[in-house]
Amino acid sequence: MALDSKIPEGPLADKWTNHKNNIDLVNPANKRLLDVIVVGTGLAGGSAAATLAELGYNVKAFCFQDSPRRAHSIAAQGGINAAKNYQGDGDSTYRLFYDTVKGGDYRSREANVHRLAEVSTNIIDQCVAQGVPFARDYGGLLDNRSFGGVLVSRTFYAKGQTGQQLLLGAYSAMNRQIGRGKIKMYNRHEMLDVVVVDGKARGIIARNLVTGEIERHSAHAVVLGSGGYGNVFYLSTNAMGSNVTAAWKAHKRGAYFANPCYTQIHPTCIPVSGDHQSKLTLMSESLRNDGRIWVPKNSEDAKAIQNRELKPTDLSEDQRDYFLERRYPAFGNLVPRDVASRAAKERCDAGFGVNKTGEAVFLDFAAAFVRYGKEKAHVKGLDEEDEALIQTLGKEVVKSKYGNLFQMYEKIVDENPYETPMMIYPAVHYTMGGVWVDYNLQTTIPGLYAIGEANFSEHGANRLGASALMQGLADGYFVLPYTIGNYLSKDIRTGPISTDSVEFEEAEAKVKSEIDHFINNNGTKPVDYFHKRLGKIMWNKCGMARNEKDLKEAIEEISALRDEFYKDVRVPGAANEFNEELAKAGRVADFLELGELFAKDALVREESAGGHFREEYQTAEGEAQRRKEFQFVSAWEYKGAPKDAELHKEELVYENIEVKERSYK
Amino acid sequence: MNLTLQIWRQENAKAKGKIVEYPIQDISPDMSFLEMLDILNRQLITNGDTPVAFDHDCREGICGSCSLYINGEAHGPDRRVTTCQLHMRKFKDGDTIFIEPFRADAFPVIKDLVVDRSAFDRIQHAGGFISVNTSGNTQDGNSIPISKYDADEAMDAATCIGCGACVASCKNSSAMLFVGAKVSQYALLPQGQIEATDRVQNMVAQMDLEGFGNCTNTGACEVECPKGISLETIARMNRELIKASVKS
Repeated sequence: MALDSKIPEGPLADKWTNHKNNIDLVNPANKRLLDVIVVGTGLAGGSAAATLAELGYNVKAFCFQDSPRRAHSIAAQGGINAAKNYQGDGDSTYRLFYDTVKGGDYRSREANVHRLAEVSTNIIDQCVAQGVPFARDYGGLLDNRSFGGVLVSRTFYAKGQTGQQLLLGAYSAMNRQIGRGKIKMYNRHEMLDVVVVDGKARGIIARNLVTGEIERHSAHAVVLGSGGYGNVFYLSTNAMGSNVTAAWKAHKRGAYFANPCYTQIHPTCIPVSGDHQSKLTLMSESLRNDGRIWVPKNSEDAKAIQNRELKPTDLSEDQRDYFLERRYPAFGNLVPRDVASRAAKERCDAGFGVNKTGEAVFLDFAAAFVRYGKEKAHVKGLDEEDEALIQTLGKEVVKSKYGNLFQMYEKIVDENPYETPMMIYPAVHYTMGGVWVDYNLQTTIPGLYAIGEANFSEHGANRLGASALMQGLADGYFVLPYTIGNYLSKDIRTGPISTDSVEFEEAEAKVKSEIDHFINNNGTKPVDYFHKRLGKIMWNKCGMARNEKDLKEAIEEISALRDEFYKDVRVPGAANEFNEELAKAGRVADFLELGELFAKDALVREESAGGHFREEYQTAEGEAQRRKEFQFVSAWEYKGAPKDAELHKEELVYENIEVKERSYK
Repeated sequence: MNLTLQIWRQENAKAKGKIVEYPIQDISPDMSFLEMLDILNRQLITNGDTPVAFDHDCREGICGSCSLYINGEAHGPDRRVTTCQLHMRKFKDGDTIFIEPFRADAFPVIKDLVVDRSAFDRIQHAGGFISVNTSGNTQDGNSIPISKYDADEAMDAATCIGCGACVASCKNSSAMLFVGAKVSQYALLPQGQIEATDRVQNMVAQMDLEGFGNCTNTGACEVECPKGISLETIARMNRELIKASVKS
């Protein structure tokens, strides 16, 4: 099948408006006859479910958590971008568009990104109207901060809990519709297959996670807002339950999977403490506004710090290497995430790491304490030479900005970050790849849509900070509700979709047989044993730096591990009860397939771009080297085993932006 | 560290539950409480036993999934943290730790330590929202200035994660802190004023219907709340309720 991105004709800035003016609408009386299933209730799924219900469609929403409010969007800390230009610093729709395409290392679609920038301002207005308590300044107006990879302040925030507040906003909009009966909510339900009837997505098979019952649900269209697949690495900043199952089952039913190798490794996470570690915790990127990242200049000092013979505060300024400021003077500590992560790894690999495993760098606020302290003292007319006073005042300011993050750090690491620099290390955080969608957010299965992190579209090879929340809400509030209408307008005479068809029967039987396999397997090792091993392969061979040899080995190793998993996994308990191990087994089975496709995608992409860094393709200074012949989206078609997946290429055309080498120097 | 765990086991909602003892060895003080339970579960599975069911997801203290009543305290002995952020360094070698579900009539047990908190959702369905459709034509975000103090206070109330520790800690199983937090968030913002009367009445009515108890001002909820939601939110809710009863 040839890939058609369905990008509308016309000048870039008019495409979305013209498209909206030309698509078919469904009249309000007919919307009542149409059912839409939304899988996942994070920012994308939650906002889509609420908006579709407001429009009058009958929505059935599914989440595996016990409440839609617990979706992992809730953990996003730093903020959400919007081209409001409230700070008057020269921001505009074009600049947000430009920064996002450049930040994504020229691997995203111009038209999609421009639309995202256009609707970004609507998101802020909508959220304020919902009662989202964004940070404000003393005049009562909305406050902004600056994030990595950009030169303006366009990030709106609610303390360090922006994702929480935006998700609770979407959840409140859902609650209004649940209360009106327009959304039927299925908590503690996991989607286990998409049902395709006559070539169209017509429903899902879901498992009730409390009773174990396998249920059939039909609809005229199905929307996946099921998030990313970072947990293929076992350790990531994703929630324990975050999984690829919904997206992967859709892939196996015919939806192409795009750019699986584009993974974001976030530079500021709390380092791994030991083998017992079950997940990693992010420290918001906003900390890079005020924290300076460094390692010792001399490797002997680094050794001494690793062995705890020396304290970081013992080293003078000239014994420290502020490596981001040294390498990238223009952006300094605010370079994009992929650049910052690789630079930290480079220093640690060279032996300059600062914790016992040698895999950590310092994030130091000492300079910020002094800067803010002096500012405060000056304003209040106090003694600017009094060092103790400056420290106290400066720490107060930092506490008001990042207090909850500092507290979180102290609880986990048991060190006071006001007294000693934080230690951080990169960790898997977000996946730019996902289900391939066209401009309308429709997958290669008609009637099946993918939104938010679950799709691949707006971030190219690297996502800028505070852009995930923007994309999730843009898709759910302002894009999908329009584009899906065009599809549904052809379905107004279809009537209710029956769940008694052979297609539903076949899908249900398939789901049940996989469950039976796990329950009756009588293996010897728990699911986590395999998941951890998969994570190690992914991190060591498909992580921050990749090469041909490692990737080939990874493909073999993951394939062998998958065989071993099916033979030897032990799932206790029964199918018809609350059984978390059973749910986990299904998710890990899908990760074991996705992981292999991931490695294959990374192997085929013989260039470096954004989060995908191939050691063979780097500039003399060690920066990512893009190649013109790889200016395409890799869209994989399922053909049985992951190694047999077939590659389809969607060429990326840049008419409005000149493709340049990304420079942050 | 070596520890003795005394854990509530209950097969399903209808079964009778009981405390079961599990010894556990070689626990590192750097582990989180849930990582310690992961190790127990791995041992149970390997030995052919049924693992202990507990709710958890983000493991960074924000989703509100994890619960657990540990040694008689919601989210355990540490303050301002959820169970997933509680670390084993808060315990000593040789300790016995009692682990129970959050208990309340309105939170029936599903299995072992997992409880059904959907009553919280239903209270939100009754009024936990501002009625605004998605259109792209709502007014500009800066068109109504909001005092920084009000915005910050609304934010403090809005940080509630809906975990239910307030209910579990309360001798009356009252949900007043949870409801007060949501009512306060909207009461402090201009956008929340239009529906204020209906909101507080409907949410409180649903709260009573779900079988939560009343508030007798003991303040246990505020002490145990992992997000530090203040008792003032309850006072504000009561004020809003009185205002509403006069108005309607």
